[in-house]
Amino acid sequence: MRILGIAVVVTGLTALTVYAEETAPTAVSFTDGAVVQSLTGVSGDPVKGREIVGSKKMGNCIACHEITDLADVPFHGEIGPMLDGAGDRWTEAELRGIVSNAKMMFEDSLMPSFYRTDGFLRPGNAYTGKAADDTFGPLLGAQQIEDVVAYLSTLKD
Amino acid sequence: MRNLTGALLAGLLSTTFVSADPVDDKLVLNEETTLVTRTAAPAHLSGVLDEVMSGWLFRGTETRAMQTDDFDNPGMIFVDKGEDSWNAVEGTEGKSCASCHGGSEDMAGVRPVYPKFNEAAGEVRTLEMQVNDCRETQMGADKWKYTGGSMANMTALLASVSRGMPVNVAIDGPVQSTWDEGKELYYARTGQLELSCANCHEENFGNMIRADHLSQGQINGFPTYRLKNTKLNSVHARFKGCVRDTRAETYKPGSSEFVALELYVASRGNGLSVEGPSVRN
Ligand code: HEC
Ligand code: HEC
Ligand code: HEC
Repeated sequence: MRILGIAVVVTGLTALTVYAEETAPTAVSFTDGAVVQSLTGVSGDPVKGREIVGSKKMGNCIACHEITDLADVPFHGEIGPMLDGAGDRWTEAELRGIVSNAKMMFEDSLMPSFYRTDGFLRPGNAYTGKAADDTFGPLLGAQQIEDVVAYLSTLKD
Repeated sequence: MRNLTGALLAGLLSTTFVSADPVDDKLVLNEETTLVTRTAAPAHLSGVLDEVMSGWLFRGTETRAMQTDDFDNPGMIFVDKGEDSWNAVEGTEGKSCASCHGGSEDMAGVRPVYPKFNEAAGEVRTLEMQVNDCRETQMGADKWKYTGGSMANMTALLASVSRGMPVNVAIDGPVQSTWDEGKELYYARTGQLELSCANCHEENFGNMIRADHLSQGQINGFPTYRLKNTKLNSVHARFKGCVRDTRAETYKPGSSEFVALELYVASRGNGLSVEGPSVRN
């Protein structure tokens, strides 16, 4: 029984590592601004995605975008277009491309690249004003990107 | 497909948003002096901006009102402190600012032309640099911290005696290369968010970014008394905050980069009235 248990755990772990093979920020492949392949192979969670989009500490997307579905979170910006209906306007692959690196879809976009780690001018250590150190990572993790994409896909008119 | 989307976006932008334009209001100080808060943009901005506007126009009704009366403007308390130190003897030479310069009101006209080139030193000087130079070389006193309270009190005093005069910094001659450097910094997209001063203050003034109503990021109102931290804020401290907010490694207050940026930003406000100390949120 115990032996069986261990065997199950081991298989479980191997299965996990296979699925958790994340695409690194430097290895994302764009086609016309879109990213066809999931960054993690694990489908995104729209509930978590909604939280990331509204949270100042995570995506902070509403700093620039208005979203009616997030009306319970105060202060939506108007730097970018309203995201209502984004799930109608864009395919999942396009949304993944936009959220990972909007500059691949919209040239010189004001929208930050949420899944990119290179090519910055004076990158800092978050909001400290100090130089970036070896803890520097993308603005959102691979699974967070998938969660945001899953949420955006639910925004239909 | 992409063009189509662009058109769609443009449509969305123009129809969905209530525009958060600057208010149509006049800044009259103490019921006597009308300050210029919007005016034709200086020639070097042609093709970029038609009009330059003071940050005052982008603040709420109460905040704007506080700045119209010296008794309501909390920044004026610091002007009084600046006046005290103007008259205080300090340093090995036994002098005060007043010993050489007379009354502080005699400094009217100085603030609007800074940063400016100092021939003898062969450098572009901000007002802070000049004040510290006088403290060190004329008074034999210690330098003040660049963004510290004593310095902000003094720059508030120096601004207050020039209120209503138009900002008028030179951009050519010996300052031209510094101005060029400042311009480059203004358009450089820094940090992990890759945002430049221009992205927010030129392309998006009038728009909301989360809870903030974006102004043109002018410095005619400095130092600013901010309701947020209830003290005077100097130009370089504000620059530092804005650069930090792009998730970038900032420049230091007083650094050659910020001096250049200050000259350039000041020149974008040529024609606006000096307002310092202004009130902001
Ligand atoms: C600094 C401002 C800014 C932030 C922060 C920002 N965006 Fe954007 N976004 C823009 C702009 C500007 C555009 C318009 C595209 C362009 O650049 O031309 C845009 C476009 C988009 C679009 C396509 C527009 C549409 O609906 O048809 C989507 C989707 C989007 N953003 C999602 C997000 C998400 C999700 C986040 C947070 C993870 C985010 N944005 C954060 C500025 C921003
Ligand atoms: C011993 C005399 C002396 C004292 C004391 C002195 N200064 Fe000066 N100050 C000068 C001289 C001389 C200049 C012109 C300097 C130059 O061009 O390099 C000057 C220039 C200035 C200027 C620039 C004026 C302009 O038109 O560009 C400012 C501002 C200034 N001083 C502020 C102060 C302050 C504030 C204090 C006190 C903290 C002070 N000074 C103390 C002699 C003095
Ligand atoms: C992400 C957007 C953003 C960027 C990029 C940015 N700022 Fe700001 N800045 C703000 C906000 C928000 C405020 C407060 C509201 C306002 O006055 O615009 C502000 C305020 C200011 C003010 C105060 C204006 C006043 O009247 O009190 C100045 C000056 C300023 N910024 C200069 C700069 C400079 C110079 C840069 C480039 C180094 C810069 N900002 C980059 C968002 C930004």
